[in-house]
Amino acid sequence: MNSAQFEIQLIASLVAIACAIPGTFLVLRKMAMISDAISHSILPGIVVGFFITQDLNSPWLILLAAFTGVITVALVERIQKTGLVKEDTAIGLVFPALFSIGVIMIAKNANDVHLDVDAVLLGELAFAPFDRLTAGGTDIGPKSLWVIGTILTITIGLLIAFFKELKVSTFDPGLSASLGFSPLVIHYGLMTVSSVTTVGAFDAVGAILVVALMIAPAACAYLLTTDLKKMLGLAVFFGVFSAISGYWMAHWLDASIAGSITTMLGVVFLLIYLFAPSKGLIAVMYRDKQQRIEVSLLTFLLHLKNHSEVRERHVNHLNEHINWQKVKSETVLDLALKNNMILINQNIVSLTAKGDEFTSQAIDYIITNEDAQIEDMKEDFFLFRG
Amino acid sequence: MNLQEYFSLVFSDYTLRTITLGTAILGAVTGMLGSFAVLRKQSLLGDAISHAALPGIALAFLITGAKDSNTLLIGALVSGLLGTFWIRGIISKTHLKSDTALGLILSLFFGFGMLLLTFIQKQPNANQAGLDKYLFGQAATLVESDVWLMAIITGICVVVMFLFWKEFKLLLFDADYTKTLGFNTKIIDILITTFIVLAIVLGLQTVGVVLMSAMLLAPAAAARQWTNSLSTMVLLAAIFGAFSGVFGTAISASQDNLSTGPVIVLVASVFVIFSFVFSPSRGLLFRQIRFISNRRDLEFQKTLSFMYHIAETHDDISHPHTIKILNNFQGFTRKTLQKLVDKNYVTIDGTMWSLTEEGFKTAANLYNQNIKTHE
Repeated sequence: MNSAQFEIQLIASLVAIACAIPGTFLVLRKMAMISDAISHSILPGIVVGFFITQDLNSPWLILLAAFTGVITVALVERIQKTGLVKEDTAIGLVFPALFSIGVIMIAKNANDVHLDVDAVLLGELAFAPFDRLTAGGTDIGPKSLWVIGTILTITIGLLIAFFKELKVSTFDPGLSASLGFSPLVIHYGLMTVSSVTTVGAFDAVGAILVVALMIAPAACAYLLTTDLKKMLGLAVFFGVFSAISGYWMAHWLDASIAGSITTMLGVVFLLIYLFAPSKGLIAVMYRDKQQRIEVSLLTFLLHLKNHSEVRERHVNHLNEHINWQKVKSETVLDLALKNNMILINQNIVSLTAKGDEFTSQAIDYIITNEDAQIEDMKEDFFLFRG
Repeated sequence: MNLQEYFSLVFSDYTLRTITLGTAILGAVTGMLGSFAVLRKQSLLGDAISHAALPGIALAFLITGAKDSNTLLIGALVSGLLGTFWIRGIISKTHLKSDTALGLILSLFFGFGMLLLTFIQKQPNANQAGLDKYLFGQAATLVESDVWLMAIITGICVVVMFLFWKEFKLLLFDADYTKTLGFNTKIIDILITTFIVLAIVLGLQTVGVVLMSAMLLAPAAAARQWTNSLSTMVLLAAIFGAFSGVFGTAISASQDNLSTGPVIVLVASVFVIFSFVFSPSRGLLFRQIRFISNRRDLEFQKTLSFMYHIAETHDDISHPHTIKILNNFQGFTRKTLQKLVDKNYVTIDGTMWSLTEEGFKTAANLYNQNIKTHE
């Protein structure tokens, strides 16, 4: 690994961290699509900034472009407030219009601007180490490393300083307003940080892929934990992991680094979406099935408790009367037997003492509308789950 | 070429005619189907789908090795549908919200598509150039067969829409009721979504992945401002869409260096702004006018009732008072006084005013809803 390769991975990792932090809050505040809008609508800001400064890494360009991002948010809210269209439509109307203006400005000045739309959309991380910053004649590293490093430092500083406020306003806007933290200031603060990060990162990973780095690590982390600090940590970890593994994948395929990083993020998300311990697809579907069988079991036990006549308690009666399929009745009977809740004597089912107690308690909870308690009760009674 | 030349050439020149017809049809069909997307609050779904279609295009090219636009569109359709259903899976099976799901699928699919595109570019195959036109679209690459394809699909859309109009409308406004009536909402839902995906995919070649969502939203959002009826809205959206297509093409053809996609989107945005401001019932302009006239009415009534309370304390209701005492009253202006005089509620004599019999009666019944006092 040579120094250029190391620098690329370092820049990619810093971008990933800088994106993951605001991204976590955007996902929690249900504003993920705002990052998509910002990443598109900063284009005219970048173009105008570039006309003025002629330098893609100039701080003025970054501020100007980030300002366009904040304007987008304000514009979306303004349109939404008129009540003419819904919020999502407002987002969908504003950013394509601004993006089109940017594209047209680039196209009209294509001859005297070293800026093309593909570069803005995609960025080119591979060239980042060649644009170096010199101080007093000595080389102190790639420019974009300094840009994203500064942004990251500011972001982390703000995160530590306002962690409590951010946390409260994210989870309970009403409480935070009554405690005296202006929701508006926090909202626009977050939007400003997101815009600045987007602008700082577009040079490296491109405007659209910033969205992936913001949303995907946070979404992955959200499926694994419900603790804000852990979620931030996990999001940063997933971001950095995808950045570095994505770099090597691009190296191997000889393709776009930004594209590979996103693809790695996609793979990570797919794995977590499927296999997350309690919120993954497989866990959810397994739990659904378990719940369904346990509800059937409860129905069956209630039926037994209500009927003492032999006719109603015959094993075959399950299929004929309650209208269950054969497999399902067998599963339910099996589960009940395993948990010592029923006895089967010559194909006649009867409740055991334990089954009777379980059913009585369940009825109590159902009558008093405390169905949720049944879930806890299952812990005490069940040896095997459905 | 300027705009006039364009319009004189549009009927004779093959290329221009094809492109104009293509963008017009495209605008019409996206406007039509976009109405459903907007009303179902799925505005950003279009954005996600259009981005999600990119890897499909690249994969279709990698598999077939040919740049036939029909095979590429099938690839786009498949990956667009895949993205849509994955979004639904995420929303229904996990606790992630719809905005996160949309953003995820949008960016992850797009990133994967970019990876494939750059991978294709490195391949020793001279055929690959031009795939990136799907990013921003190039109406100039439309040929007659593309326009035919668009026309046929639009035709199918219209026929299906007429056949299932009642079901679409019901599902749109009252999904639960639709279910209780016994319709299979899932199938209707999938049908609408599939058509939306189809419309988006059709537009990729012309408008491009990035801006396609605006084609879906803008005509529908503009049309929504003019009417409260679904059929009128769909019709209007189709018209707005078609005009955006034609004007956009005209402007971009008359200038150098302009991609069609962004220009069409900007023209559509102008339609939206115009509708927002000038629509008679919902527009901002008329709303402001109504607001001001209501306030004037209110001030007029307030002044009258203030005068009434003064006149009440005198035996003779037409006892003159000086105008000065009105000056401290909020809502009093010279204009309101003039209006009162015009209506013959008040007479003015020098600097004194007095209430007339008619004015007194009106003021006494001002808050009586049963009597229509004025206008």
